[in-house]
Amino acid sequence: MNIPIEEVKKELEARLPDVKLRLIRDSILIENPEDLPRVALFLKESPKFLLDYLSSVTGADYLTFLESVYHFYSMATKQGPVALRVRVTKNNPRVPSLVPIYRSAELQEREAYDTFGIIFEGHPDPRRLFMWEEFQGYPLRKDYEQEDTEVLEATDIAWLEARGIEIPGEMKEKAKALQATNQRAIAQKPEKPRN
Amino acid sequence: METTEVLKNTDATQILEINFGPQHPSTHGVFRMTVQLDGEKICGLKPVFGYLHRNHEQIAENLPYAAIMPYTDRLDYVNALANNFGYALTIEKLAGFEVPERAEYIRVIMAELARIVNHITVIGFMLNDLGAFFTPLLYAFRERERILDLFEEITGSRLMNNYFRFGGVKRDLTNENLAAIQKIVSKFPAFLKEFEALLTKNEILCMRCQNIGILSGETATNAGITGPVLRASGVNYDIRKVDGYSIYNRFDFKIPLGEKGDVYDRFYVRVLEIRESLKILEQALTKIPQGEIINKKSLPLLKMPRNFKPPVGEAYGRVESPKGELGFYVVSDGTPQPWRYHVRAPSLINLTVLEEMCLGQKIADAIIILGSIDIVLGETDR
Amino acid sequence: MNIFGSGVFQGMMVTLKNFLTSYFRKPDEGGIFTVQYPEEREKAIENFRNFPFLVYDGSPEQIRCVACGICERECPPKCIHIEMALDVVGKPARKPTVFDIDYGLCMNCGICEEVCPFDSIFMDHAFEVTAPERQISLVRPKKALLKSNEYFQKIRPTLAAVIDQKRKTAEEKKKAAIQPPATSESK
Repeated sequence: MNIPIEEVKKELEARLPDVKLRLIRDSILIENPEDLPRVALFLKESPKFLLDYLSSVTGADYLTFLESVYHFYSMATKQGPVALRVRVTKNNPRVPSLVPIYRSAELQEREAYDTFGIIFEGHPDPRRLFMWEEFQGYPLRKDYEQEDTEVLEATDIAWLEARGIEIPGEMKEKAKALQATNQRAIAQKPEKPRN
Repeated sequence: METTEVLKNTDATQILEINFGPQHPSTHGVFRMTVQLDGEKICGLKPVFGYLHRNHEQIAENLPYAAIMPYTDRLDYVNALANNFGYALTIEKLAGFEVPERAEYIRVIMAELARIVNHITVIGFMLNDLGAFFTPLLYAFRERERILDLFEEITGSRLMNNYFRFGGVKRDLTNENLAAIQKIVSKFPAFLKEFEALLTKNEILCMRCQNIGILSGETATNAGITGPVLRASGVNYDIRKVDGYSIYNRFDFKIPLGEKGDVYDRFYVRVLEIRESLKILEQALTKIPQGEIINKKSLPLLKMPRNFKPPVGEAYGRVESPKGELGFYVVSDGTPQPWRYHVRAPSLINLTVLEEMCLGQKIADAIIILGSIDIVLGETDR
Repeated sequence: MNIFGSGVFQGMMVTLKNFLTSYFRKPDEGGIFTVQYPEEREKAIENFRNFPFLVYDGSPEQIRCVACGICERECPPKCIHIEMALDVVGKPARKPTVFDIDYGLCMNCGICEEVCPFDSIFMDHAFEVTAPERQISLVRPKKALLKSNEYFQKIRPTLAAVIDQKRKTAEEKKKAAIQPPATSESK
């Protein structure tokens, strides 16, 4: 059973008049990310919608801004989906966390942080999900540059040498040069892409 | 001085933190939990992910739409057909493709067979974790083998099926295939009866499983738990009924529900779900019509997948995979490759409540609780 | 109320029954299922697909592949590498000089087989592919990939029959298409 998105918007505008909303395709954009928990709580508790189930939380990179998309369903009334989205700048990607309202956001927000670098404020355990803590960069952003796994960095060399593995001098010099400029080893893209 | 003080206070136990996995055989792959133990009791548990992480989403964002299909097989490799189903459904929603009648029936038949495969596999492995060393698992595998042979005959591969296409399926079912499926379906209840006689009343199994890892319906809903784990907690939510996607609304089947939400309920709900799947299969086999297996509009796509450019837009499609709600979120920018491709993996989100279910239980029970959630690491870590 | 232990006993009876019946039942009715692999083999299933191979008619020089590169472009893990042969003048000869498939990357999805417009690349049945190391020996060159049409007819008779029929009619059409200019000239 589908909920017409205009109906949701109308209801939200009537009940939460200070929240600015905009329709984008089949979803509602909340102009100010700070309003997201209020809107979500209203949708969860309003007897008309009862959206008690947050199915999917994900990020998306649109070059000039990052987006966080939420898909809500109702298990009680078997309705849905209602899609909400918020947009944040890349410099300050802060979105309030929905974990206090929906626990299903717990791992998904961590995933969105891991892959897009969207910081969910108020998340009880804001760590990376798949990558390790020391990992730099956010792999699903469009400007992410892949690391060159062939080139050893200073930390790798220190690790290997501590275990008694000899490293050729050439590699060491390369690592030193990288460390001096404070850069990561970025994989060179082939001039002519394969196909 | 300090040691003597500790020795004096003999009642106090130290909290022991152990890393459970990633190579532990009962973690179904490479999953790690950091478990805090007070004696044998669990007082803290943190799952650690990422050992099988390959950034499936980024791989897909650099591929044409049709080329993603074989990669979805590798998400949940126990039942690749459900993943194919979800992805095909999402792209059809995005591009507005119709699916011919016969193809819909074939899809349902294949997806339900995959569900049976998944459920008997997971029951077998769960019992293996319990200590019923390989006897029930191999009985289950004997039946699974027949279905996998059939998959090999129809799709070309036992596990990595790559069978669904946008607007249809890859290969038609012949009459021999249908007869073979009918044979499996008619023989399966006898096996299930035997399997149940072997297990459901077994006192050891009951003692190990009942009242262990209880999950209440409210917590499950709030934590976004789906699939048999949710239904074992008594929440009636099956996407096949709710959305009625494909042609599921034409079939008559029940949704088995659990009462307590313990490990035993999760095990038994799966047994009952196999029976319902058999019911669907029987109806589908009698009703399957003749006709096209792929939409004419999408036929040229098979020869030139790279030319497929769905209109600008986005779609969120979901199916009831045997593990829970499998969702695909795809954003198209009108180019041959998706701008954004996201998988809502049930195996990952069902682990949200793992700590809550394990708290206060013995370490041996953590294994069967994890086994009863039914995770596949290919999907969890993506 | 059941006597305690009756459930375990019931289960034991099931295993006993399975143990005894496995001696005289057929494999698909509950008998022994295991195949003693290297000595015995299961009957090959026709549609089974594994790593791709190239088909030639008659001799290896008559390769069907025209090096169009469609499979190379559509291959999801990009495991195919093709280079077009050049004739003496330097024009493309519509034959591959290099046709490598990296078996270490290939994931047996069968997309190359589906997209090929010249019925040249097909999925094989051979699954016992081994190599002493991971990198170089798993890259199969053209020589190792070429297999005769007879082999294809042997492993996948139904598909091969359809393809052969299709090629035969196409050839006849071609011949018929060449004929008319002669008649038009005579006019």
